[in-house]
Amino acid sequence: MIQSMINWLEEMGPRLYRAFIEGGRWKLYLQGLGTTLELTVIALIFGVILGLVVAMVRTAHDQQRQDRRKNFFLGIANVLCQIYTTVIRGTPMLVQLFIWNFVILRSERNKVLVGFIGLAVNSGAYVAEIIRGGLMSVDQGQSEAGRSLGLNYFDTMRLIVIPQAFKSILPSLGNEFITLFKDTSLVQAIGGAEMLYYASTIGGRTFDYMPPLIGIAAMYLVVVIVFTWLQSKLERRLRQSDRR
Amino acid sequence: MIDVKNLSKAFGDHLVLDSISEHIFPGEKVVVIGPSGSGKSTFLRCLNLLESPTKGTITFEGTEITNPKVKIDAVRQQMGMVFQHFNLFPNMTIRKNITLAPVRTKRMTQAEADEEASVLLKRVGLEDKADAYPNQLSGGQKQRIAIVRALAMKPKVMLFDEPTSALDPEMVGEVLDVMKELAREGMTMVVVTHEMGFAREVGSRVLFMDGGHILEQNEPAEFFAHPRSERLKSFLEKVL
Repeated sequence: MIQSMINWLEEMGPRLYRAFIEGGRWKLYLQGLGTTLELTVIALIFGVILGLVVAMVRTAHDQQRQDRRKNFFLGIANVLCQIYTTVIRGTPMLVQLFIWNFVILRSERNKVLVGFIGLAVNSGAYVAEIIRGGLMSVDQGQSEAGRSLGLNYFDTMRLIVIPQAFKSILPSLGNEFITLFKDTSLVQAIGGAEMLYYASTIGGRTFDYMPPLIGIAAMYLVVVIVFTWLQSKLERRLRQSDRR
Repeated sequence: MIDVKNLSKAFGDHLVLDSISEHIFPGEKVVVIGPSGSGKSTFLRCLNLLESPTKGTITFEGTEITNPKVKIDAVRQQMGMVFQHFNLFPNMTIRKNITLAPVRTKRMTQAEADEEASVLLKRVGLEDKADAYPNQLSGGQKQRIAIVRALAMKPKVMLFDEPTSALDPEMVGEVLDVMKELAREGMTMVVVTHEMGFAREVGSRVLFMDGGHILEQNEPAEFFAHPRSERLKSFLEKVL
């Protein structure tokens, strides 16, 4: 028992060496981490833009004055947005990535780009619901006050409602960032060169999967822990401004 | 100034306003009273189309504002509104609350609006609160700021939707004082309230609403001394 543990530890050195150091492999992990972070951040930025548009359309539609003739184009846009969020949130991320890769963007060689599009479109649907919830959480009286002063709908949203919604949106957006960050590993399945891609390549080349996989798991974990810490700090700051 | 013709408003099957016709003349202080659910707040909110009427027309200064082609934002810039729950913008300083609309709608430059804000704040005795946030103020102070915010747009008419109903009793007076001063200066006002004293003292005309109708109206002294309908008599007995 003890002998086998000693043997195991003895083997560990060379295994770690092969997985992380030999031939400068550690650079590949960092490169993968870079791609992963890049994918996350850019996909989230586009996801937020997409989500904001969808959320605005949905709330604008829901808040239309009753009894009046409904705006036809807004109605169509609303239906499209609803289909979008339903389909995206109702199908697995990996299936979506496969559809992007093997059906819609069949001829695209840059797999990271395909992955990025898939992730952005996916997170847009979730962010839309997050933002919509945030906008709805702002008291109706706020937009009534803005409109009664003669501000138009967009000024009222931009200057009054959205800044207040931001506080309740931010924590959920942080969670979305974490989810998205971990979901980038799915891009490996369509051949995008992110962290998991490099780890499994190295695992295949050295015939030893354990060290690289545990290694990147630790890297994911560290990034998530750091980000969660930053998030809680930011939330504390926001709560302080409430007591102002 | 404001002409209301056959105004009806229904929420689903529930008819809140039933074919109301009324005219508000320049300089008038019209006080609307009535039991809760009588439609008085809805009537007021229809005047600047915060509620859109189901039927009927509203004409403001010769413009039929119920016409969908009318730019309602431009009309609302001339109608100030004060809400029961103040609805100050909590994410902005008092100064910003007041200057936001005049500056955004290009009525004033930021400097002009700041100047106007200090003048108005001085008038309601809150000049030292310009850089405070709404959460730091008492209810009465908030409502005075809300009045100032509406006044900063230099409206032609002011609509008050139960401005003192959400206040502690001891703060009602300071808000009513501001409204009285506004009335003395000749502002056209439509006030939905439960403050009978205010109606008697300031109103030039009192409307009694019940069940979506204006049941009775009169100048205040006569209104309170000799109510004609049974409904108004029993209402006044309960509230006075």
